[in-house]
Amino acid sequence: MLSRTADCLYWMARYTERAENTARMLDVAYQTSLMPQPSDLMQESWRKLLNVSLLEKLFETKYTEYNRENILKFMIFDDDNPSSIVSCLNAARVNARIIRGKIPSEVWETQNLSWLDLHKFLPESSAHDPSAFFEWVKYRCHLFRGVVFGTMLSNEALHFMEFGTYLERADNTARILKAKYRFSGEQSQHHVNQHSLLKVEGKTETFDFYHWVSLLRSVSAFEIFRQTYSDQITPERVVELLVFNPQLPRSLTRCIDQLLLIITLLKNNKSKEIERLIGKLKSEFDYSTIDDIYTEGLDQFIQRFLEKINHIADEFSSIFLIPLSA
Amino acid sequence: MTKPFDEMFDDGHKPRPHYREFNEWLSRQSDSHLALKREEAELIFRRIGITFAVYGDEKGTERTIPFDQVPRIIPAKEWSVLEDGLKQRVKALNMFLHDIYHEEKILKAGLIPKEQIFNNSQYRPEMRFVEVPRNIYAHIAGIDIIRAGAGEYYVLEDNLRVPSGVSYMVENRKMMMRLFPDLFEKHRVAPVEHYPDLLLECLKTAIHSSPNKPNVVVLTPGMYNSAYFEHSYLAQQMGVELVEGKDLFVKNEQVFMRTTQGPQLVDVIYRRVDDDFLDPLALRSDSTLGIPGILNAYRSGNVGIANAIGTGIADDKSIYPYVPSMIEFYLNEKPILQNVPTFQCRKKEDLQYTLANLKDLVVKETHGAGGYGMLIGPVATSEEIENFRKYLTAHPDKYIAQPTLALSTCPTFVEAGIAPRHIDLRPLVLSGKQIKMVQGGLTRVALKEGSLVVNSSQGGGTKDTWVLES
Repeated sequence: MLSRTADCLYWMARYTERAENTARMLDVAYQTSLMPQPSDLMQESWRKLLNVSLLEKLFETKYTEYNRENILKFMIFDDDNPSSIVSCLNAARVNARIIRGKIPSEVWETQNLSWLDLHKFLPESSAHDPSAFFEWVKYRCHLFRGVVFGTMLSNEALHFMEFGTYLERADNTARILKAKYRFSGEQSQHHVNQHSLLKVEGKTETFDFYHWVSLLRSVSAFEIFRQTYSDQITPERVVELLVFNPQLPRSLTRCIDQLLLIITLLKNNKSKEIERLIGKLKSEFDYSTIDDIYTEGLDQFIQRFLEKINHIADEFSSIFLIPLSA
Repeated sequence: MTKPFDEMFDDGHKPRPHYREFNEWLSRQSDSHLALKREEAELIFRRIGITFAVYGDEKGTERTIPFDQVPRIIPAKEWSVLEDGLKQRVKALNMFLHDIYHEEKILKAGLIPKEQIFNNSQYRPEMRFVEVPRNIYAHIAGIDIIRAGAGEYYVLEDNLRVPSGVSYMVENRKMMMRLFPDLFEKHRVAPVEHYPDLLLECLKTAIHSSPNKPNVVVLTPGMYNSAYFEHSYLAQQMGVELVEGKDLFVKNEQVFMRTTQGPQLVDVIYRRVDDDFLDPLALRSDSTLGIPGILNAYRSGNVGIANAIGTGIADDKSIYPYVPSMIEFYLNEKPILQNVPTFQCRKKEDLQYTLANLKDLVVKETHGAGGYGMLIGPVATSEEIENFRKYLTAHPDKYIAQPTLALSTCPTFVEAGIAPRHIDLRPLVLSGKQIKMVQGGLTRVALKEGSLVVNSSQGGGTKDTWVLES
């Protein structure tokens, strides 16, 4: 397969995944913002949301205030923001269009139709009901994966897309965790230390409960949490689930397991190093516990994880997608 | 201007025999039903993304080419004459190309003035004495055909560089079958969907050595090219890679493509990139679309390129007037298809005639394409004519002039209902081991009332083209 084709497949999958996760993250943030809370707290939580995606600077060149309206406009419709949902869906579609001859027509048409239908949502109308829009994005991305799964040969092309999907997902789940956790951690550090939410009284407790529920919902893991623990929602259980559960489709461990599996299917005579990088990351996850994370500090742990994922992505590009010479 | 030939109705307003069945069908369709079907077609074209990018539009807008539901029907008997004529013409054009890059017999015989060739920027000295496989230069030729007042066919121009439009020929047929399957029960329409198979077969012969499974690729300038859909479509239909210049590189005078499993040898390139942009080392150095060193690989015979480099000299409008005499010279046959009478403005008496009759003539740039840089006398304002007169007087050798032919019309579904609109026809001729064609072509239609410009870049649409067995 042409390296450039592989590149388009990989980015088509990554941007689709990013569009979905951005919608998930914004939906949670939006729902949370509807709950009664002090306005400075709310502003802070919007700022954090952009902070984890390194978008603060760009935002501040265009807007002055961190509020719901501005953030939604910036993250949904802004063409200048490469991570806005519109930008992601457009980039996914452009990549699909370049290689439309190489993917089943149903896959291309799904991307094309998402993009065409996107223009039916106007900035004004989705301001009334952002959740309906996020839901639409989520389902279009579900549909895309379903069409891919249902129509594509299980070959190199599919594997390049899968690699892109899991890499992006690993990155996004880690960022969601970082955004939400840091924010909550600062507000209620002692909860974590005491390993329990029960001892806290009053409003903070209720608020925290909804906070964790919304975090779980953003990665479709609320029902799974109930099934897995059938117990109180505590921060460390949430972290354990999202980091270590090998069965949860959006957990970090699951993403790494999949990346390792796919790289063995794609390997060529230059891929030794990337196989080693992913393998090493997997063994670290296999032999760590939630206590190790708390010893290191969740923040540092996630920061380190994001750097590794980044490194793997760079290595992957230079081996498969943009080989510089013969 | 004489009254144009109507493809569907004779002078007594009766449908011609090959349109009888269709006309009956059409009379049963209400305008609102047709409008609904037109909308459906537009939606489908958008959804499957049969669109082209509009040049100079920064927003990256994509447009669909309007599709008309009334087919252009050609009776099989008429087609077979056309087909013979087209094959004859392309055969002679290929012989001409071989000749002027080798012996120059036609120049020595004095049929074409030497300076007409050697002073023409489309002549490629790099191609002198280069042996191309089977002596074929124009593997894919798109010949534009028009029909004038009494229904006689003329060749309007030859397109031997990177002719496009064939994807619309195939997609229009599919669309027609999807919208009106019942029509195909009543009509025996010659199929056109196997064009990509014929093309692949033809391309595989475009190399000297014959590897077991030659690796054929389609070379595109990229997704912002207006014909990108077609490039992608043909690659997909042939089951070959669609590459851009940056996907290829030359090593030891061989061409390779960069794949996820390392370099892979390329045997034949069906290029949809103009000569000028092919090789930044040998041709235009500012080209980012090309592959450095490819000209050398080609000259060494290690890679096939279709169409060959340097075919532009044969489809230049200044050479067009000589094609009938080429046919007689190389094939010793009478031309089956006629040229439109043409005045060569480089000749004094032709220029004088042209300047005196600008109001009645179509004047074209010899290197122009796409309906740009031309004057259509009968519809031009006097200011446009006077402006053009200045260019023409300053650079007479850049122009040819032709009488304004009343292009034939075909009923077309427009806002006001069914009304006649002017059409042309672009059949594709493939030259490989044999010369082959599918029975049909792309019919373009000028949607504006009275307009003679059918180019999609200037508001033209397309129709399905039926070659009908009676």
